[in-house]
Parts: sequence; structure tokens; C-alpha cells
Amino acid sequence: MALPYYVSPEQMMADKAEYAKKGIAKGRSIVAMECADGVLLVADNPSASLHKISEMYDRIAFSGAGKYNEFEMLRKAGIRHADLKGYTYSREDVTARSLANAYSQSIGSIFSVEPKPLEVELLVVEVGQGDKPNEIYRISYDGSIIDEKGVAAIGGKAEALLTFLKARWTAPTFSLREALRLSLEALDTVTNQKLGSEGLEVAVLDRTRTGRTFRRIGSAEIKTLLA
Amino acid sequence: MSLFLDPYGSSFYDFLAGRGPQPLPQAPQIGSQPAASGAPGLSGLPAVPHGTTVLAVRFQDGVLMAGDRQATEGFQVAGRRIDKVFKADEHSAVAIAGAAGPALELARLFQIELEHYEKLEGDMLSCEGKANKLAQMVRGNLPMAFQGLVVIPLFAGYDLKRREGRIFKYDVTGGRYEETEYHATGSGGKDARDTMKQLYRRGLPEAKVLRIALEALYNAAEEDVGTGGPDLVRGIYPTVKVITEKGVRDLEESKVAETCNALISERREKV
Repeated sequence: MALPYYVSPEQMMADKAEYAKKGIAKGRSIVAMECADGVLLVADNPSASLHKISEMYDRIAFSGAGKYNEFEMLRKAGIRHADLKGYTYSREDVTARSLANAYSQSIGSIFSVEPKPLEVELLVVEVGQGDKPNEIYRISYDGSIIDEKGVAAIGGKAEALLTFLKARWTAPTFSLREALRLSLEALDTVTNQKLGSEGLEVAVLDRTRTGRTFRRIGSAEIKTLLA
Repeated sequence: MSLFLDPYGSSFYDFLAGRGPQPLPQAPQIGSQPAASGAPGLSGLPAVPHGTTVLAVRFQDGVLMAGDRQATEGFQVAGRRIDKVFKADEHSAVAIAGAAGPALELARLFQIELEHYEKLEGDMLSCEGKANKLAQMVRGNLPMAFQGLVVIPLFAGYDLKRREGRIFKYDVTGGRYEETEYHATGSGGKDARDTMKQLYRRGLPEAKVLRIALEALYNAAEEDVGTGGPDLVRGIYPTVKVITEKGVRDLEESKVAETCNALISERREKV
């Protein structure tokens, strides 16, 4: 048996990171934004049935960019984690922080151990109860985790989106309508196209609701909000 | 090896059963211990669950579900404010009869099961699908049933495709049977069914069917020691839920109390 060539760890990690970044860069982007009534999630997604944004628990939503089969697997694992925790302890013990940590651990260990890293970026978002602040966590392909404030973006055009949004988003007092308009403007500008209500997937974690706060906003409602 | 690698599918129940440590109740093997001193029927299988009456009746907009509030422990009242009717999801409810511990657990697990499926699949289970899943869960409890811990649920849902309310009853082995008009289960179930048999008509409005349900529960409480009647001193009335196209709704306690009081004063006049 021939001995494998020596590759330095630095080189191996750099190669994997480049591979993962390339994969993610091909994908469409998603924006999360705090607004007065909760947290809004907007995805550039032409499919009405293959979702990029999903409900995870009562006050927690998930969003994935990159390779569909990979973030879908992670989404399912997250829902199982959340439901199991809520069943074992209590519904209020399920937190975005714990979920984001679990994702970070798994994605990080896959990045360093497996030959192929996951080509995904995730957002785990929790809307605060009462006067508690919202939480937005961004998890990268290598397991690194970033606690975002106000706005966050993942996917191919994440950095351009974040720059655009950070310059315009001021405070979480935006109404749902204003937040949606700003998100759409950002996506339109960065991708150089005109996304209609059919090309968007929109959902909100609604602070004013009790129990399950996640709500999808259909294309008819998007049209009314943008009108 | 299966092409579909995911061993748990979209079921939380299967996920729990498949991964250790076992959060699902585990019973010793059948026959390893004598059946508990409940009411053992043939071959040690307890015949009826004790201490409850829960019922479901169809009406023009869907199904109405009601249950008494008493928990019984042998010859003692263990609880006066127990809820036995639970919202399972937006369009279905489940009522429980039998050993309180496992029954409440079954209801809770069933609620999580439906939500879990909905989140994973991005779609709600069909009414029939929910009823079948519940049957599997009851069957899973069979070893415990042999130990005397029988759990018999009653399931009612609004079928959004057929646009009608549906009622499913179960037996200990997980047998699932659809009822087209009404059903009641628990120790007072027979008395409640007898009452509904007399009063039930097709396509009644909500107020009429509420009256029938409460009358059935009242009769069950009169004849069965395990069923609690309306507690006028403490102001405890039966739990009533209405399942329609719009979703599951708790009937206001004031409305239930009002109907109960009217019923009682009519009875008083007869005596």
C-alpha cells in the first residue's frame, strides 16, 4: 500500500474552507431583520414548496443557505433536538442558544474530521418574550458562530447584503412593512434583479403571538405589504 | 441497507422509541407479573378503564368534545379539576380515559407528535393519518395495559378535505373504529352513550349539542361513581371543546355553567 502524501493541517483546512465557500457562493441569500413585532426572515427562493426558512420551536426559526440536502438534514436534526428537549424538560427550556451551540459543534467537527465539509450557512433566530431581546445566531460551514444584532444575512451574497443593510437599518422599531421593503430592496440591489412576491419566501416570528409564534407570509400578503 | 437512511421518519414517537435512554414507559414482559388488581377481564386483560366519562358528538359544524373533571383513586377522589380533553393540534382534540399517568403522557406525546410531523414535513397530517398514528401509540401501550394501566383515548378531528367532523374510538389493542354520530368512553361511557342515543339528531346546532353532551355527562355522573358531576360549590364544570373548520376552541365556562344550571333546575322540577 502506498503511503498517503503529507498535507499540512493549514493547507487542508484552507482547501476545505475554499471548497465550502465556493459551494455557498452558488446559493441564494437570506436576510433576517429585527422589527417592532418580532423578527422577519426573507429568502430569495423561487420555489413555493422547497423551503429555506422553517419553524423550529415556539419562538425559534431556522434558515439555511447552501446545499439543500445538507441544510435540510441539519434542520430535521434541530427540530428533533428541540422537541426532545421540550418533551424531557419544559417548552420554555428550549433556547436558540443551545440549538446554535449544537449546530456549531456538529458542523465544526464535520469540518475538521470529514473529507468533505458541509456547504451550508445557517441562521437560528429566537424572538424574545415580553421585553427580552431577540437573538440571532449565524453559523458558518466551519462551525464558527456569530451573535448578530439587528440584521443578519447568509448565502452567496451575504457580505454585500450585510453591508447594505447595516448602513440602513437603525433600530428595531421598523414595522413589518418597512422591514420587508428594506429586505427586498437589499436583495434586489445585491442580486441585480427584480424579485417579485413570487420569488420570495417570507416568514415572521411574531412577538405578539403566544405559543407557536412562527408564521409564514404568503405571496398574497406580501403583495399587500409591498403595495 | 435502505435507500432512505433516516430511521425515524417524521415521527417523534418512533424517534423516542429508537434512541436511548428510553423516555417511553417501559413495562415488564407480559406474563412476568400478575395483572394489577383493577378489573381484570378475560385472561388478565382489564376490561374497562375506570373513573372517567369523556364523549364526542358530531354536529352541523364539526365535533363537540366534553369530559368530566374528576380523577378517582380506588374509592377516593384524587382530583376535582383534572382536564381530560386536550387540543391535539389546530384541527383535532383527544380525550383520555384510563390510568391517569400514562393517559396524560399519551396525550402530551400525541400533541408533540403532530407538531413534530408538521414541522418536519411542512404539512399537517390528514385527519385519518392522525387517527392511525394514535392507534399505533395505543398499541404501544399494550404491555402496560396487561399490567392494569389501560389507556383508551377518544379522538375527534375536523377533516379539512371532506369538510366534516370525524370521531374515532379505540380499544386496548390499538384497534381503531370510526363512529359516525357520537361516542363516549370511560367507566360512565355506557350511561353517556345511552343518553346520547335518546337525544342525538343529525345536523344539530352547537347550543343543542352542548345540551346533549352535558346531559349525557350528568347522567353518567349520576350512575357511575367514578364520574364527577358539575361541582356547584366550587364552580367546576365539564371541559368542553368545539372542533370546526376554524380550529379547536374552548367553550366559555360561563356558557357551560349556564347550560348545566338550566339542566339542573329542570331536573329539580321533575323530582
